Amino acid sequence: MNAEADSVSAAAEAEARAVREAAARARASRARRLMLAPWLCTIGFFLLWEAACRIFGVSSYVLPTPSDILDAIVAYWWPLLFHSFHTLWMTTAGFVIAIVFGLVLGLALGASRFVHAGVYPLLVGFNAIPKVAVVPILVIRFGVGWLPAVLTAFMISFFPIVVNVATGLATIEPEVEDVLRALGARKLDIMLKVGVPRSLPYFFGSLKVAITLAYVGSVIAEYNASRNGIGNLMARASADFNVPLLFAALIALAVLGIMIYAVMAWLERRMTGWAQRSQFAA
Amino acid sequence: MNAFVALKDVTHAYGSGDGFPAVEHLSLSIAEGEFAAVVGPSGCGKSTLMKLATGLQFPRAGTILVGGAPVTEPVRIAGMAFQNPTLLPWRTTLENLLLPLEIVEPHRSRLKRERAAYVSRAEQLLAKVGLAGQGGKYPWELSGGMQQRASLCRALIHEPRLLLLDEPFGALDAFTREELWCVIRDLHAERRMTVVLVTHDLREAVFLADRIFCMSARPGRVVAERVVDFPRPRDLEITYTKAFIDIVHELRGHIADARKTA
Repeated sequence: MNAEADSVSAAAEAEARAVREAAARARASRARRLMLAPWLCTIGFFLLWEAACRIFGVSSYVLPTPSDILDAIVAYWWPLLFHSFHTLWMTTAGFVIAIVFGLVLGLALGASRFVHAGVYPLLVGFNAIPKVAVVPILVIRFGVGWLPAVLTAFMISFFPIVVNVATGLATIEPEVEDVLRALGARKLDIMLKVGVPRSLPYFFGSLKVAITLAYVGSVIAEYNASRNGIGNLMARASADFNVPLLFAALIALAVLGIMIYAVMAWLERRMTGWAQRSQFAA
Repeated sequence: MNAFVALKDVTHAYGSGDGFPAVEHLSLSIAEGEFAAVVGPSGCGKSTLMKLATGLQFPRAGTILVGGAPVTEPVRIAGMAFQNPTLLPWRTTLENLLLPLEIVEPHRSRLKRERAAYVSRAEQLLAKVGLAGQGGKYPWELSGGMQQRASLCRALIHEPRLLLLDEPFGALDAFTREELWCVIRDLHAERRMTVVLVTHDLREAVFLADRIFCMSARPGRVVAERVVDFPRPRDLEITYTKAFIDIVHELRGHIADARKTA
């Protein structure tokens, strides 16, 4: 009787274990599928493109097939690499200036209502100007070279940094401010102890947007006013009607763009993990 | 009575111009070491009362004395806690506790040199509210009740003579709330600071307070004052006695009247 009960409970236990293991396997395979999804989608996209070009017989002047583009990448690998690095360098330089300037202005805007009221309309107006329109002015002043690219990257990318840092400072919970002010805290104390740490997630969040914009800025300037960089390579390729190279340059831009975005996203997670774990209101 | 906190005929309105006043002809006084509760319908200016008593706002008319001196700047001897724990999420619980010490003198200039002493003081305080050994955790790793305990500790770490609590237990479940009533009761018994508790919960007011002020609807005035003289230390069991329930009932009547006239 007892032995029978034991064997029944052992069987039930084995069954429960099997169910648990099956569930774990299902979870693992779901996780694997999720990891594979971006690769599958990207490969599928290019296969579809290749197939469409072949089936409809699209001319490579209009839309080259991915295999044509791959050929161009192999043929022009050195110029692509060289000019990518140039673009990366211009972008980074403009971006670093934008960080410094954006932080200072954002802190000023967040700390003082007077500065905020005075400067904000000016900022919005400046941000509304398409930066392509500014490049010719930069060329007149600085000539063709690296300076227009760096300046364009800077001008186009500082705005989101300013706005985000100012927002982080301006949205301190009034209760925290009350607690500290009742203790005799000065404005500067509250800024340093609460405002600045609080605005960090906003700041790092804005970097992802800003780096992508800086990148757009430097490519635009290179296209119009440089002898180097992916933008310039594209200008020359389009003058030569070298459409596969043009597309190869676009691919290079996309790859570089993903890389710098990933670096910023990693930095954000690394520096302000507390904000994501505490579901900090952003 | 020797008043520690005294408001005399205070009127206050927010904003510029002649806005509708939040409190009007408000007078009350609280003795040193007394536990006072302020109850009233919502929007009766209870939070304004807190801001006035700490010197975060200055009244349009009337005088406010705290610790025997008129309030002309933030009082610095007050600790505050709110319904929302408002702990800083990038600091550990212990670092959150040390925050007031980084602001208020004389601790501010001593903190760096005597950090170890201050840390052990903070840890003792955490242990007292049932958070022993939790100082290293971040606020998001604590439950709502634990966060509120930590918030109380932050209000008390600089040993304020005046503790202001603005519905500190409002967002907690009933059992946690009663636990925290006992925590605050014991802290008050030990330290004898003056406490002003703003609350909607009449049982909470009667259980904790020596003196209860009922406020009218906006503009807020004191419409009734009730002394609660149950002997201390009080046990949660008294909340089920007839005498206790009678007082709650009586206060309930005042609040209902105040709402009717609104």
